[in-house]
Amino acid sequence: MSHAADSHADTPAILQEVAPAVFPRAPMVGHGRSFSWITNKICSIVEGKTPVWWWWCFAVACFIASFTVAGIVYLVATGVGVWGHRSPVNWGWPIVNFVFWIGIGHAGTLISAILCLLRQKWRTSINRAAEAMTIFAVVCAGIFPVFHIGRVWYAWFLFPLPNSNYIWQNYRSPLEWDVFAVSTYGTVSVLFWYVGMIPDLASLRDRFAASGRKVRAWCYGFFAMGWRGSNRAWANYEMAYLILAGISTPLVLSVHTIVSFDFAVSLIPGWHTTIFPPYFVAGAIFSGFGMVLTLMLPLRAIYHLEDLITQYHIDCMCKIILATGTIVGYAYAMEFFIAWYGANPYEGFTFINRAFGPYAWSYWIMISCNVITPQFFWFKKIRENATLVWVLSLFVNVGMWFERFVIICTSLARDFLPSSWGYFSPTVVDIFTFFGTFGVFSVLFLLFIRFLPLMAMAEIKAVTPQADPHADGGHSDQVHPDGVFGGAPHA
Amino acid sequence: MPEPAYGLIARFETPGSLMRAAEKVRDAGFRNWDCITPFPIHGLDGAMGLKRSIVPRISLCGGITGFCTGMSMIFYMDGYDYRLTVGGKPFFSPLFAFPVSYELTILFTAFATIIGMFVVNGLPMHYHPVLNYDQMRRASDDQFFLVIEATDGRYDLAETRAFLAQVGGLEITELEA
Repeated sequence: MSHAADSHADTPAILQEVAPAVFPRAPMVGHGRSFSWITNKICSIVEGKTPVWWWWCFAVACFIASFTVAGIVYLVATGVGVWGHRSPVNWGWPIVNFVFWIGIGHAGTLISAILCLLRQKWRTSINRAAEAMTIFAVVCAGIFPVFHIGRVWYAWFLFPLPNSNYIWQNYRSPLEWDVFAVSTYGTVSVLFWYVGMIPDLASLRDRFAASGRKVRAWCYGFFAMGWRGSNRAWANYEMAYLILAGISTPLVLSVHTIVSFDFAVSLIPGWHTTIFPPYFVAGAIFSGFGMVLTLMLPLRAIYHLEDLITQYHIDCMCKIILATGTIVGYAYAMEFFIAWYGANPYEGFTFINRAFGPYAWSYWIMISCNVITPQFFWFKKIRENATLVWVLSLFVNVGMWFERFVIICTSLARDFLPSSWGYFSPTVVDIFTFFGTFGVFSVLFLLFIRFLPLMAMAEIKAVTPQADPHADGGHSDQVHPDGVFGGAPHA
Repeated sequence: MPEPAYGLIARFETPGSLMRAAEKVRDAGFRNWDCITPFPIHGLDGAMGLKRSIVPRISLCGGITGFCTGMSMIFYMDGYDYRLTVGGKPFFSPLFAFPVSYELTILFTAFATIIGMFVVNGLPMHYHPVLNYDQMRRASDDQFFLVIEATDGRYDLAETRAFLAQVGGLEITELEA
């Protein structure tokens, strides 16, 4: 009986009994699919014959990637002057593209790490592909700063290796922090991806061995490390996975924070602001989820993965895009407010110039793509239309590229002295190199979906209702007093 | 003399039946035994009576090593070996050394965690008697297995076989070493 009913004994109780409300939970796997259905579905993508569309896409992707190769070969043979950046805009497209690609990668780590810590079970069907996206995005990102340094054969000067000049790196510079942040990010992303894949590689090994394809069984078996699903191993594995998720969370936040320090630690108006780290991180997650949807929606349609990437998954991703897009919109507004409130004439001019100066076109593309586009996701009807969601996700990608363009180019083109103002235009080499990175990314992603398990089978199985050991009737006792759960991300 | 067997393996169809069996095997006092499952089952560690994993301790060592490496590396390079005046800033301060040390903390923790997990689990182990079992393919798909090793003090071929049948095991098979 509730307290209210006791104190007014003569009045009837409002509720006969108090029970927690039951909220129906969306199933993670549609149609109550069995464990073996999940294994067959995902393994068949790897085991089947290479589809014709794959070869076509691969050929087109290789062709597009050749643009990057051509652009870079020409650049190395000639010199960085073939790129469009020159004084005062010394950070042109290469740095725009670097930040753009690094930002794309962040959704992968967010899905695999932060959502793992937050026990968001819906991450399981998209985390593998999103982590792959992270790694390939970091590869594309890395191309730009490495070639932007000018003499690429000295790129190793970025790392603290003894050299004949007996001089060390300047650790007071955020650019050096960036070297460590991005290389750590790339390394840890690969490790996390690989560790997550070990049980699924073992599944593939066993299936190839059973069907008599010895070479492939050997290859997958080599990387599966002899994994046999022992629960004594799972206990350590899950703990290791949880720790990797735990350290990847501060890692992903720190990487884009440090990328934003490249700007925020300088004195250029429009860069020198404390809002940059959170604003960059939100923007990175925003763009990354845009790219996850851009990639996963076609795959879902091609491989008929509707039972694994359900409408609930798409809803969740759309809502994250809505939330982070709104944070980004708030940051744009706050930059303007601070420029006015701070009463710094240079900063005030920079922001008026962004919206109404020579780069106003790019500013308004950015605002419409990043602030207006996500607002469509308030509507369920729109979230349920996969084609529309896909188109909107493309707008997010475009908008976030323009955000980096606006930040970098408008600030540099109009700094303190009007005598040194300029206007940045990309050259053909700039355009080739950037365009080609989409091909590089696609080549890698196509190889991934062809040869590696697209989804984390073991993790998906663990979030199905039949994986609950209490699903088929009670069990005999409570948790053993000595037994402590070895960290269970799948609780 | 025939090769001694590795142990007995039994199949279970659901996570629940495996878990109930694991509790009984644990309570019967077996030591050298294991469950083979296609995915981690929530609560099975408790049902097997496993202790908390030691991987986090290895991770912590890795993290501390990483942070100290970062700080001492930067102190040695910028503050001691080749002092370079840049922008009037101090030669060494833990503040500007922090971002790099922070990243190295994470990098070393990641390596320590993964190497630690491999070492604790005895991986890579490409040969294992369990992997020779012809039904093993199901263990990475949709079936659940329980293995009791012959090295266990309580192991007795006939008795253990009867025990596994009693706790609900199906297709109880002797594994070759």
